[in-house]
Amino acid sequence: MSSRSFNQRSLAPWLFLAPGLLMFLVYVIWPIGESLLLSLYDWDGLYNREGEFTGRFVGLGNFQELWSDPAFVTSLVNNVLWLGLYLLAVPAGLLIAIFLNQSVRGIRLYKSLFFFPFVISQVVVGLIFSWFYAPDFGLFYNLIEAVTGTGVAILAEEKYVTYGIIAAGLWPQIAYVMILYLTGLNNVAPDQVEAARLDGAKGWRMLWYVILPQLRPATFIAVVVTVIGALRSFDLVSVMTSGGPFGSSRVLSFYMYEQALSEYGYRMGYGAAIAVVLFAIMMVFISGFIWKMWRDETER
Amino acid sequence: MFPRPIEQTAPAMQVMYKIALPAALILWLLPLLGVAVTSVRPASDLAQGNYFGMPSYLAFENYADVFRNTPMGRYILNSFIVTIPTVIGAVALSLMTGFALAVYRFRGNLILFFMFVAGNFVPFQILMVPVRDLTLNLGMYNSYHGLALFHIAFQTGFCTLFMRNFIKALPYELIEAARVEGVAEWRIFWFIVLPLMRPAIAALSVLVFTFIWNDFFWATVLTSSPEAQPITAGLSSLNGQWVAAWHLVSAGSILAALPPVLMFFLMQKHFIAGLTLGAVK
Repeated sequence: MSSRSFNQRSLAPWLFLAPGLLMFLVYVIWPIGESLLLSLYDWDGLYNREGEFTGRFVGLGNFQELWSDPAFVTSLVNNVLWLGLYLLAVPAGLLIAIFLNQSVRGIRLYKSLFFFPFVISQVVVGLIFSWFYAPDFGLFYNLIEAVTGTGVAILAEEKYVTYGIIAAGLWPQIAYVMILYLTGLNNVAPDQVEAARLDGAKGWRMLWYVILPQLRPATFIAVVVTVIGALRSFDLVSVMTSGGPFGSSRVLSFYMYEQALSEYGYRMGYGAAIAVVLFAIMMVFISGFIWKMWRDETER
Repeated sequence: MFPRPIEQTAPAMQVMYKIALPAALILWLLPLLGVAVTSVRPASDLAQGNYFGMPSYLAFENYADVFRNTPMGRYILNSFIVTIPTVIGAVALSLMTGFALAVYRFRGNLILFFMFVAGNFVPFQILMVPVRDLTLNLGMYNSYHGLALFHIAFQTGFCTLFMRNFIKALPYELIEAARVEGVAEWRIFWFIVLPLMRPAIAALSVLVFTFIWNDFFWATVLTSSPEAQPITAGLSSLNGQWVAAWHLVSAGSILAALPPVLMFFLMQKHFIAGLTLGAVK
């Protein structure tokens, strides 16, 4: 190999990487570092006339304040609720996928229509469910009224509001998980299924011992995207309730936004501290994901 | 095949399945159907309490009203102006980063790859204050390019994951053969790899289009007025003004949902191929 082509080959990857890497560093990696730093400051987002940063270093003060902030605790508890209930999307999606994994006429259209909610913006999903839950004329309200005698305005009740929003979020998430499992089911080895059938396996036992092990890649992706989705929930809370009533439906992502950028004031440092907590929770899951990918990559 | 094909079951079961299928679908899409019907229900029906019956006539005037009395047309245009360059930018950048990470062995290759993957999953809030600050300082707050530049950068993470794995699955002999022939690296990229990337480009384009069209968070953080606000942010602020005017809210929602829905139906195969990447081994 001539030295010229060798040099070209050691330089080439960096030239190909440069534009994308630069953008990613500027807009994603660098800001993470900046936020971590900012969480140690008290800052209203302004610069003085000379263009200098006006924040005041407070050490871990923001984090100390968080633990005694009831709104933060509510948000954290709601996030845990989101995480736990959102994972219901995984079995629910599997169930629908099994239901739809047939080859009758028109089944392709059914599959697409079941997938529909995932394609729609969460803002629209939020509006659709606000209408669904609306007191007096909402479909859901009337349903409850018909069954129990008195309607419940889900989004106005502190007790129910978070569950109502999570249900709205589950709708597109189940559709997403369903499509993952449909693809997975499509690739289940038919000979293994037939062999198991000859051995007399069917129903739940077949699902548990033969099918689910083969669906593991799909399950893994489904859990990852569901966990990330649960922790990222912002759009629905913002559109459906703006965190209300009385802040009872806040989640960390929304509370952070409220603190840093809304009429409640511009507490950028405090907001950054909330974001850091959310980031730390998310990093647990991201690390797990990366660790598995790393293992797969280095095994090859 | 699992479950057992329905054709092999008892006739009663087959009939039940044929009934259950549409019933389940209607139940599943009930909230959406309700909104679709409300969007063509005349305001007078709502005033008289006719919420669930047949609309007394199909009031397409609701849609006309939305366009006439709100900046909806502008919002839709803004969404396209932000989304289309983002799709082009993110796909172009990630073709190159994906190529670099898939084809070359160099120190830090895997680290960089995992950096892109991990960055793609971080909560938006950890980026919010610095990105908003940066955009303000560059004078790009409340502008198309301010929003699109951020989206391009962020989507590059996900797209790099996709492109790199796609290129990795191509036969490496093609590239080696070209190198033996003395073909320059950029020509290998352009003439050998790129033509094979069409399915990946199609899949990512529809996915990124949908993600960006549906983005709400960055739209609220980086834009503030109808000059640059995309439809998600616009719809949310209109929702504040249309107190209880559900026929208008519904019409606006349907309008906002339409482009990604059309995109999905036109490019279904690519869309699902992109989304289910990694769901099978």
